[in-house]
Amino acid sequence: MDFMGITPSVLIASLMVASVPIMLAAIGELVVEKAGVLNLGVEGMMIMGAICGFVTAVGTGSPLLGFLGGAAGGAALSVIFALLTQVFLTNQVATGLALTLFGLGLSSLIGQDYVGIKPPATGAIPFGPLRDIPFFGKVFFSHDWMVYASVAIIALVWAGLKFTRAGLILRAVGEGHDAAHALGYKVIRIRVLAILFGGAMAGLGGAYISLVRVPQWTDGITSGAGWIALAIVVFASWKPWRVLIGSYLFGGITVLQLNLQAAGARIPVEYLSMSPYLMTIIVLVIMSSGKGRASLNAPASLGQNFHASR
Amino acid sequence: MKRRTLLATAALALGMTVGGGAFAAGMDHVKACFVYVGPIGDGGYTYQHNQGRLDLEKALGDKVETAYQESVPEGADAERVLTQMALGGCNIIFTTSFGYMDATNAVAKKFPDVKFEHATGFKRESPNVSTYNARFYEGRVVQGTIAGMMTKSNKIGYIGSYPIPEVLRGLNAYYLAAKKVNPDVELSVIWAYTWFDPAKEADAAKAMIEQGVDVIAQHTDSTAPLAEAAKTPGVIGFGQASDMAAYKPSPRVTSTIDNWGPYYIKRVQALLDGTYEQTDSWEGIASGEVEIGEITDALPPEVKAAAEAARDAIADGSRHAFTGPINKQDGTAWLADGQTPPDGDLLGMNFYVEGIKGDIPQ
Amino acid sequence: MLRLEKRPTPSRFWSWGTPVLAVALTMIAGGMLFALLGKDPFLAIKTIFWDPLFGEFAWYLRGQLLVKAGPLALIAVGLSLGFRAGIWNIGAEGQYIMGAVFGAAVGLAVYPTESRLIFPVMILAGAFGGWVWAMIPAILKTRFNTNEILVSLMLVYVAETILSKAATGFLRNPEGHGFPGSRSFSNYPAAHNPEIFAGTGMHWGVVAAFIAVIFCYVLLQRHIVGFQIKLAGQAPRAARFAGVDPNRLVVLCLGLSGALAGLAGVFEVSGPAGQISIDFSSGYGFTAIIVAFLGRLNPLGILLASLVMALTYVGGEGASTDLGLPKAAIQAFQGMLLFFLLGADLLSNYRIRFTLIGKETR
Repeated sequence: MDFMGITPSVLIASLMVASVPIMLAAIGELVVEKAGVLNLGVEGMMIMGAICGFVTAVGTGSPLLGFLGGAAGGAALSVIFALLTQVFLTNQVATGLALTLFGLGLSSLIGQDYVGIKPPATGAIPFGPLRDIPFFGKVFFSHDWMVYASVAIIALVWAGLKFTRAGLILRAVGEGHDAAHALGYKVIRIRVLAILFGGAMAGLGGAYISLVRVPQWTDGITSGAGWIALAIVVFASWKPWRVLIGSYLFGGITVLQLNLQAAGARIPVEYLSMSPYLMTIIVLVIMSSGKGRASLNAPASLGQNFHASR
Repeated sequence: MKRRTLLATAALALGMTVGGGAFAAGMDHVKACFVYVGPIGDGGYTYQHNQGRLDLEKALGDKVETAYQESVPEGADAERVLTQMALGGCNIIFTTSFGYMDATNAVAKKFPDVKFEHATGFKRESPNVSTYNARFYEGRVVQGTIAGMMTKSNKIGYIGSYPIPEVLRGLNAYYLAAKKVNPDVELSVIWAYTWFDPAKEADAAKAMIEQGVDVIAQHTDSTAPLAEAAKTPGVIGFGQASDMAAYKPSPRVTSTIDNWGPYYIKRVQALLDGTYEQTDSWEGIASGEVEIGEITDALPPEVKAAAEAARDAIADGSRHAFTGPINKQDGTAWLADGQTPPDGDLLGMNFYVEGIKGDIPQ
Repeated sequence: MLRLEKRPTPSRFWSWGTPVLAVALTMIAGGMLFALLGKDPFLAIKTIFWDPLFGEFAWYLRGQLLVKAGPLALIAVGLSLGFRAGIWNIGAEGQYIMGAVFGAAVGLAVYPTESRLIFPVMILAGAFGGWVWAMIPAILKTRFNTNEILVSLMLVYVAETILSKAATGFLRNPEGHGFPGSRSFSNYPAAHNPEIFAGTGMHWGVVAAFIAVIFCYVLLQRHIVGFQIKLAGQAPRAARFAGVDPNRLVVLCLGLSGALAGLAGVFEVSGPAGQISIDFSSGYGFTAIIVAFLGRLNPLGILLASLVMALTYVGGEGASTDLGLPKAAIQAFQGMLLFFLLGADLLSNYRIRFTLIGKETR
């Protein structure tokens, strides 16, 4: 069952791995934006996560601790963003961009002594006979545990936002901070927590790049993944499961493009490499012009700062 | 052009005070400056240039002082950095990326007493500009020999960055060497359209492996393809630019190392001795600029022997990476039997040799 | 207990005082960072902030500040109009690239014709290129209500692909031995954007930046469109009642910022950068967003902010070469400066009150 020399099960399996970093970062950013905050510093937080995770994993020899270290690194950088935007009421777009600049610089400083080192390996989960099931074995049972963890996180965020009181409050803060404040919710505190979560998820995604996808540290290792994550959030119209779809689509097109080349298909490479971005735009147009009006789904207070005057 | 004379005068005045202007007679002390296109922590291209700078410091001790600037964008920024360096008393400036060609030549005209060394370019518009490059494609012969002998699927891969002569030279040399030892070999090419994007490089390697490719050469700078190869038993690859020793003995079975140290030492020494002259240097394995990293025992003895033989034959000049008869992809003749190409053909190479499938993106 | 109270109008004292305070704080924090890296903090700060303005080579570097600040101001001032109206063009980088590609394509298409008309037509083509690229998100926004942040950002990546295609394909120098990169504009007088006064760094792009600043200042202060922009940003509902057509505003603001970014691109490619190359895009479009906010979306403020930003670049290069500070430290330092500048803004918009009763909680 091949298509232009490409085996679908293999393609799906590899796109699942390829999309983990952007999926994690995007689901974190989704929570941040649901709380009404736009943090454009995802790239900076991801790369901080990549280096902090790498340093921790190399230092301790444990990939698990590495991922925790990565999450901590991303969250630590997001503290700066939280402090500036929530306490000092700075513009979120500009602060986020500055955060990326700072994160790229700081990660490179931390990583100076870590170039050319190999991190401890994160192995695939031994599913035994399940792996040998045709098609599904390769697609579902051949990955490392982070692939499953990332899907689980999507499910948790979805359930958390939809069914829990905390999720309700978070959405309320994002939809109208003044009303939420009037109801007695601590807008600033909730937003800070959301930003920290977003930072931790971006850090986790970054750590996946430096510990599993590439495994190594080099300057600028995330090379733009954070920006893609931002795109996916909007593409997903702030719905957790669509983040999953969006990430697979993005990961999928890149992987497909390279697979087609490897299979010797005569395709104009350079146009294919812009196709994920064009696809996103097209899908966005379709979604926002349809009846659903996806853009109406954006949190009403997105990007606006809150200051309780009384 | 008034600014140029202004600058030249200023530089001249400066040159007098720091004791320049006496190149022909040799110098006691040289300040050598380096402009890098990437961060020194890239683990590949720029990292190796910086290693060359450190070799220079080690070799010449207190007779040389070095300074560098990393991640300099090509264009206006490069011109400013170069001017700042020349003003700041650098006696010789190495500009280590092709994209600095125009900036190097423009600044060199304003500072006739400062020596400029431009890597991988071809313009030498004033007498104080030299160019240097390395015949990296020679290393591809060793890799191709190993690839042709080691592949079980008869599919070998090449991850290209951009379809430019530098990359096409390596790609063609790799394929020809592989075909020489294994006529059934097929080459799978992926153009990544990046010099450095670890995640994309990993995906490219993965896509090749899924297509049955079991030997992967790369012309991009990260170790990601090797890390990807390490996940599948039986797949091997090569270190690119730096040794990438972390992946020894397999999948990294050997490597092509950019070893700029000997050239940097030679040029600065010449400046110290007063024997410095404008040159256009394009050295390879023989002079040590292209270094073949350890060929590991992960290879069967006969493959290792063949690889070493290929390396030594190129070093002593008995073998050339491109020896006729070679046809271009469309079947037109390029080199006649036994003929080797002039450097001009190599510098401007813009075609696949016969046998490679697919088109070069135009 | 500290409490913030919004000022009815921004404090005049603090709107001038905060940048000074922020720079002072950055010097302290940055100095600590440099000291941690084992460098003399005072020397580093002096190299970054003092030397480009008053140091030994200030006669050259002052002009370079203009070269660096010109495109930043030109792009930022256009963006600020949209930002004031709540229209978020994050893709100025893409418009900058397309401006350069369009302008360069026009100039190179008629090479080597010499005519006084060529340069002005190139400039128009550049502005058109940027405008077209910004019209895509504008039309999608007005017709389909598609989010302009995302579309403009995605188009940056598309533009970058087109750029590398231009450099390796349709605009490649036919005499360049197959190397990527277009012909050099410095060798083509009719299409060259030289320095107007030698040694000042002042090229037509800098002049355009000054004109754009004045134009936007007048637009915002004196023209009905400026009023509508401000109204739409502060009170969108009120703007609707006042007869402001939001779609018209979107087309206007995106179009104007795109055209200005395109102008910056074509001035850069024909002047300081000198050619289309793979790495032509150097992040001006993104940095300009920060500059716009540092300048508080005020045209005159943006002019100052772009010069401060340029100072950290040019001074940072000096610190990197002379003191061996890693480029990454400079980047982190720039990040700090932005954090402090943005954070200190609080003082100009809010009053800090000390209250004895700690009842007030939020």
